Amino acid sequence: MKTRRQFIKITTVGAGAAALGLYSLKVSGLNLFESKKEEEPASDEEMTATPTYCEVCFWKCAGWTYVDKKGKIRKIIGNKEDPHSKGRLCPRGTGGIGMYYDNDRLKTPLIREMRKDGSQYFRKAGWSEALDKVAGKMKEVAGRYGPEAFGLFNHGTPGGHLEHLMRAYGSETNAEPAYAQCRGPRSAAYYATFGAFIGSPECTDIRDTRCMVLIGSHIGENMHNTQVQEMSAAIDHKATIITVDPRFSTAASKSTFWLPIKPATDIALILAWIHVLIYENIYNKEFVHKYTFGFDELKAHVKNMTPEWAYGITTIEPDLIRKTAREMAGFAPAVVIHPGRHVVWYGDDTQRERSLAILTALLGAWGKRGSLYLPEAVHLPRFPQPEYPKPKWGWKDLNERKFSLATMGITTEIMKASIPRYNYKHQIKAWLTGGTNLPLSMPDKKLFKEAAEAVEFIAVMDTMPMEVTGYADVVLPEATYLERYDFIRAAQNRIPNVALRMPAIKPRFDSKPAWWITKQIGERLGLHAYFNYDDYSEVIDWQLKQIGTSLEEMKTIGVKSFPRQSGPLYIGNGEDYEFNTNTGKVELYSTDFADAGFDPLPIYTPHPEPPQNFYRLIYGRAPMHTFSRTQNNHFLWDLMKENSVWVNPKVSSLWGLKDGQKVWLKNQDGITTSFPVKVRITERVRWDTVYMVHGFGHSDKKLTRAYGRGASDEEMITRVAEDPIMGGTGMRGNFITFIQENPEVKRKEDKA
Amino acid sequence: MRYAMAIDTKKCVGCADCVVACQTENNVPHGYSRDWIVENVAGTYPNLNMIFRSERCNQCNNAPCVRCCPTGASHIVEGGIVLVTHDDCIGCSACIEACPYDARYIHPDGYVDKCTFCIQRVDKGQNPACVDVCPTYSLHFGDLDDPNSAVSKALKGRSWYVLAPEAGTEPQLYYLT
Amino acid sequence: MIVSGRNIPGIDPYLNMWHWQIALYLFLGGLAAGILFFAAYFVVRGKEKEMPATVKWATIIAPVVLVIGLAALFSDLYHKLYFWRLYTTIRFTSPMSWGAWTLMLITPLSVVWVASYLKEMFPEWDWKFGFLNSFEKWVIKNRISFAWIMMILSIILGVYTGILLSAFNARPLWNTSILGPLFLVSGFSTGLAAIMWVSNNEHERRVLSKIDLIFIAIELFLIIHLFMGFMAGTAVKLEAFKLFLGGPFTVSFWVFVVLLGLIFPGVLEILELSGYHVPRWVPAFLILFGGLMFRFVMVEAGQITRFLY
Repeated sequence: MKTRRQFIKITTVGAGAAALGLYSLKVSGLNLFESKKEEEPASDEEMTATPTYCEVCFWKCAGWTYVDKKGKIRKIIGNKEDPHSKGRLCPRGTGGIGMYYDNDRLKTPLIREMRKDGSQYFRKAGWSEALDKVAGKMKEVAGRYGPEAFGLFNHGTPGGHLEHLMRAYGSETNAEPAYAQCRGPRSAAYYATFGAFIGSPECTDIRDTRCMVLIGSHIGENMHNTQVQEMSAAIDHKATIITVDPRFSTAASKSTFWLPIKPATDIALILAWIHVLIYENIYNKEFVHKYTFGFDELKAHVKNMTPEWAYGITTIEPDLIRKTAREMAGFAPAVVIHPGRHVVWYGDDTQRERSLAILTALLGAWGKRGSLYLPEAVHLPRFPQPEYPKPKWGWKDLNERKFSLATMGITTEIMKASIPRYNYKHQIKAWLTGGTNLPLSMPDKKLFKEAAEAVEFIAVMDTMPMEVTGYADVVLPEATYLERYDFIRAAQNRIPNVALRMPAIKPRFDSKPAWWITKQIGERLGLHAYFNYDDYSEVIDWQLKQIGTSLEEMKTIGVKSFPRQSGPLYIGNGEDYEFNTNTGKVELYSTDFADAGFDPLPIYTPHPEPPQNFYRLIYGRAPMHTFSRTQNNHFLWDLMKENSVWVNPKVSSLWGLKDGQKVWLKNQDGITTSFPVKVRITERVRWDTVYMVHGFGHSDKKLTRAYGRGASDEEMITRVAEDPIMGGTGMRGNFITFIQENPEVKRKEDKA
Repeated sequence: MRYAMAIDTKKCVGCADCVVACQTENNVPHGYSRDWIVENVAGTYPNLNMIFRSERCNQCNNAPCVRCCPTGASHIVEGGIVLVTHDDCIGCSACIEACPYDARYIHPDGYVDKCTFCIQRVDKGQNPACVDVCPTYSLHFGDLDDPNSAVSKALKGRSWYVLAPEAGTEPQLYYLT
Repeated sequence: MIVSGRNIPGIDPYLNMWHWQIALYLFLGGLAAGILFFAAYFVVRGKEKEMPATVKWATIIAPVVLVIGLAALFSDLYHKLYFWRLYTTIRFTSPMSWGAWTLMLITPLSVVWVASYLKEMFPEWDWKFGFLNSFEKWVIKNRISFAWIMMILSIILGVYTGILLSAFNARPLWNTSILGPLFLVSGFSTGLAAIMWVSNNEHERRVLSKIDLIFIAIELFLIIHLFMGFMAGTAVKLEAFKLFLGGPFTVSFWVFVVLLGLIFPGVLEILELSGYHVPRWVPAFLILFGGLMFRFVMVEAGQITRFLY
């Protein structure tokens, strides 16, 4: 009989704990076991600087890690030649040192065992044993079900190494939460309209813009480094900033116009803007005439979508709608209609992104200075290896190609395919994960738990004992980005460039880099041909030599730029330009969507509103934290130890809530947060809405600083609005109410 | 020579990068910070105003902390930077009581500590760590007596204010509005 | 509001660096100042014989409380091993420096004063060493000069603590020129109370009682003046005032300091002077208690008041 998978909180075993406790006292600055003399600030000349690029978030800013003569990492500074960071890292990058020195890190491989009484625990293991077990399981699954049945959840560079392993092994069954839980709708929408993806980092020319429109972006609270820097430059140039947000975000506070929109009504606003541009004849006629398709259909479609109509839906005054539309038109084409990033809100998100893309096209704000530039990335030749085997099925085929317009794997689909009762055509039997903390990033925790219990085997690669490790059969401790070689960063930008990541310091404890882990597993699977190197630096050196530099050179400069080969940064005036769409033009009317049976032009659909005594939960970022990754990092924990639930003063006086009071939240499905959260009474949020910063409420006790701090917004997201076009999971349709007494206590009282 | 800093409240997003950079540069112990971020919100929804300020020791011209120090550990060096000589400090906390800006604290090793404008960097002609890391380029540093310094240029043509001017401390941190 | 998570021990959420050690020292310093001042004063006035406790017996208390007070101050230092730096320089802008040097002078002086009266108080006392006997003779010969010096030093001791606090204009509650005289008068009052408690001489107690009543009246006047100043002051002063008007210090101040520490013992002393029998320890104890509470309240409340946020 298959035993249910228990969530094991990793606990340190034996004397190691005592030693670690004392060690952490020392490192935490109490210096009980060192002489009392404090360390002087180290001067740069006495330190060794090693190039790296940051892995705290996905922006991958390049920088220099400074290690002093005693071998201690003292600071991480941005690389001045790097277009991502321009020499200035964000607070998480500057605090990346905390990731290395975090004593709560995973230290050894762990293997799940079961005791006689049925309870489960983690046993420390050596690398050989752990790697043998993972490789053994992969062989077994390949033999019984085919390698396709082994799924992968990945993110970032660790995910990249795992993806390479899985491809070599014969599986294309992978998904990143960053697609269906983040930018997926944007990819599908802009691809359908312009035939191109926005990509990362986004090709927004904020530096030179005259007008920036932010819907679904809270620059300044998200620390998308280059965008924050360029927004600062835009403010210096007195660019107009228009922010649409139900909450008074940091960006809103610096905006020329803030549209305090009623949540879930954004499509109506955007359609009204489109209406104004067309019917006041202020759209970019040259661009539209030369490059677009479907204008007449669009014009007919928005005929009745007037600002007055939108006012009734969005509560934004018609005059303001007109004024902001005219402002955009006046500055066209130097307008950035920011495509947003985390855009999975209400289930019709691809259509909302489509409306943004259409608005962009009407302003001609594509491929022009001050709008969206044409990015280019360095093409890195792949290290010599055989072609990947062609799997019999992949992520596309899980649900009989239900989401035909999806361009990447959908995490929720992989989970459903892992659960037999969903009866998917192809079943997934085992998982490998790396770089993602699924329990805190996926909505609808029930689905995740059911899927995790259904699969036969889960191997997790991580640096920290994040919640996802509690579900693993084998835990593989990865070294942090400061301790390893990794892929060369060749991300898109104005100027193509590469950045080197090399280890600045030896891995702590028994952690290993992902390239080594995957190579070890690959060797055991007989895939040596795909891992034909002893050290990853060989791969890097070979690749760099192919493009005209070398590992030796990159070690001294960190970042190298190359001349563009795909043409100029912007589309020239009147230049002929073919877009990668069915019609070869920018499709205001989407032929792809029409063919697939979806609305070729976006429409507004009303969404459920909070019932009495409930408030819509919206969530976002704080500039000092990344996802659920950094809450235990000592530097960043010092800046923000817990999140709070932002409540409008009208609401708080209704409920008698006090600032700083701890409350539990309960959502429309009766789920209560595991931990209480502090109330922050602020005018910055609407009275029908509450706001929380995402990533808190960690439930793994081994995260000694992060455990129990704040509450998890993800716990409250049980109702998911599925985007029919690409499978995105809309997460802003959940409503919460306040519980002022401890539900545990109340439950015990009710029992007594 | 008078070192000063200008902080642009129009651009600061309150990311606290300046806090972390200072901690890594100056080995500030965990749980302590030499600079911090203040958020000021005014108004009622939706008529709201908000700014962020990066605050630290104001390196006052008329520093009450220097005046009240019984041993002379708190002193002003050339350029106006207020420093504390660790081995002269007895840890009496008078200077902490005297500071209207709550800029000082007792270091775990027993002496009083605070922002030093990264004097070890300034002496080499560099900027303080916070100024060099700020991703919104909101911090400007330099010699007020030099019209070509970054801080002089930042102040030119902008309105600004200082904190608690009525305390008579003549603070040298200028908040650009 | 601070949004970068700053939570420095002793600074956040509001300043709380100085605790009972400082309050205790302020009290003991004022007490010693009062005792020593009146001892010196009555010597200068030639009334040694009529005021035995004032001039002799009560002065034993002074060096004891000064040492205790210094111990409290020392224990409050965070960089104790460097305390001697206080005595490598005199800083005229720092009231704490004046205090350090004043204490450095007045503590041995008070020991000498007591030592010079030891033979009068304990006739069997023998110095055993020749130079000590000569020294004692010399002190007794120059007693008037010593008394003048001690009077001046004890006034400085009594007033500098108030000036020290009032010089912190960052703390609106303390930043008033009334605080110096108020501490001085309060210290002298506590000194008188201690002497009255110790004295067996009826006449002496009456004299001191009358002086004490004047001091209590002055103290009450200054306190009223203090709060009127707060009421008429800037926003931060009004905030400070609110702490005592419905805030957390309302009861401790008006009941323990003013009512029990000043008015009630004052009434008792009037009754005693009018002929009613009042156990002498009661008003003395109340005045001492009130003096101690006053310093506690001022130290705690003063740190809460601030200029910003």
